[in-house]
Amino acid sequence: MTEELLVTARSNALIDPSLHIWTWEVAMYLFMGGLTAGIMIFAALAIVRNKEQVAPYAATRLALLAPVVLSLGMTTLFLDLEHKLYVYRFYTSFQITSPMSWGAWILVVVYPFSVLQILSTIRIGYPSFASYIDRLMVGRQIVDWCEQHRTKIALAVIPFAVALGIYTGILLSAFGARPFWNSGVLGLLFLVSGMSTAAALVVLLAKQKGEKVLFTQIDLTLIFAEIALVALSLISLASGSGQHIDALQSVMGGSYTLAFWVLFVGIGLLIPMLLEILELSGINKSLAMLAPVLVLVGGYALRHVVMEAGQESTWTSYETQYNAELLQRLPDSD
Amino acid sequence: MTRYAMVIDTKTCIGCGDCVVACKTENKVPNGLNRDWVVEATRGTYPDLTTEFRSERCNHCSNATCVTLCPTGASHHWNDTNIVLVDADKCTGCKACIAACPYDARLVMHPDGYIDKCTFCHHRVEKGLDPACVSSCPTRCMHFGSLDDPHSEVSRLLKTRNYKVLVPETGNDPNVYYLI
Repeated sequence: MTEELLVTARSNALIDPSLHIWTWEVAMYLFMGGLTAGIMIFAALAIVRNKEQVAPYAATRLALLAPVVLSLGMTTLFLDLEHKLYVYRFYTSFQITSPMSWGAWILVVVYPFSVLQILSTIRIGYPSFASYIDRLMVGRQIVDWCEQHRTKIALAVIPFAVALGIYTGILLSAFGARPFWNSGVLGLLFLVSGMSTAAALVVLLAKQKGEKVLFTQIDLTLIFAEIALVALSLISLASGSGQHIDALQSVMGGSYTLAFWVLFVGIGLLIPMLLEILELSGINKSLAMLAPVLVLVGGYALRHVVMEAGQESTWTSYETQYNAELLQRLPDSD
Repeated sequence: MTRYAMVIDTKTCIGCGDCVVACKTENKVPNGLNRDWVVEATRGTYPDLTTEFRSERCNHCSNATCVTLCPTGASHHWNDTNIVLVDADKCTGCKACIAACPYDARLVMHPDGYIDKCTFCHHRVEKGLDPACVSSCPTRCMHFGSLDDPHSEVSRLLKTRNYKVLVPETGNDPNVYYLI
């Protein structure tokens, strides 16, 4: 038997009795960042592969959502910062070994590319909005330029969107101190999940039946890939060191088992997979709109469970004797 | 890189917690926050039990992942030593360093919000003094010095005694040693 007790009260907020530094704000950013990446990738692919006729929503209107969703995500991320006034410090240096620094700079690059992507199809996708821009000569010239270089812009957008989708997973996997995150598959899993949620969003928002079917097919393929990547992540943890095997317990009987298996794998992957198969095979189309909603719920659930289970996993754990109520008895210090 | 180390003798530590109080006093650590703490590790089955007291803190790792993962350079090695400090003016409070530390040795400073931690009392080290926790230890079980000097107390202790560091398998190369 080994028992490790804290003799002196280490009562550090957000760290004791167990680490809980990041909550829904960060999970929401991870979700929205992935969704933005997927939106930009599909909007770009629709142009590159000349799918304007088959997928008019994705080709001409989808891109506008990218900066909106990304800004919402960055807002929740900002809410999480503890030293908010110093947020500009992300942009006074570049730390090559820090995925978070890479992410901060990727976000800066993504915005202008997103704007170019929107402008390149705005006259077709949002003609009334475009007419405002066309009233200004500069605006008209910029939109003309973007339309002329539509395919080139789409091609340039793809690597940055992929970087945005993949870096959040790499960021978490780089924390060797948190064994649950420490899997090389995580980056790819987040990218595929982000693309799946974006495909689901197109199914929800597109008007043309053919486009809905196309993106249901795409989403189904991505769900298959996601299931494979989830399995690989679990195998990677199960075949790792003692710390990795311990970390896996949080979704194999531990505190996040229900959330992981029911909310993410069940409701977020398997049920939409079945619904999409039924829909594509023409057996049951009555629940067609439910599948994409569940995929979006699953996309958030994945980020939330991974984030929470990762914080729970650790190399050191003490039985803490800390009692928060005792703090109330202390006189105020200054 | 000048390598400073703390060597703590678990055979003579009695777990009194003076190091914790000395740190709070010296560094004016606010209520409810601690840069160091004492662990009582009991092993065996009654009545064959052994107890080890360990005064723990930031390990001022030579290969510190809190430094490599910090997005702004706020977490840094001080003056080409292994002493890890946080520059509050560069810290956004993103908490990546807290997640990166396998020893959970970092804390969010209240009410400001920047990340804080043990500094090995670098302001005392600069003057040739020991960190406050080491100076105040009533059983003299804590030792501090440079590992680059083969004649320093810490170097001699590590040459002559059995020792361990905490979870070296994380690869962070910690610099707080426990004599066993």
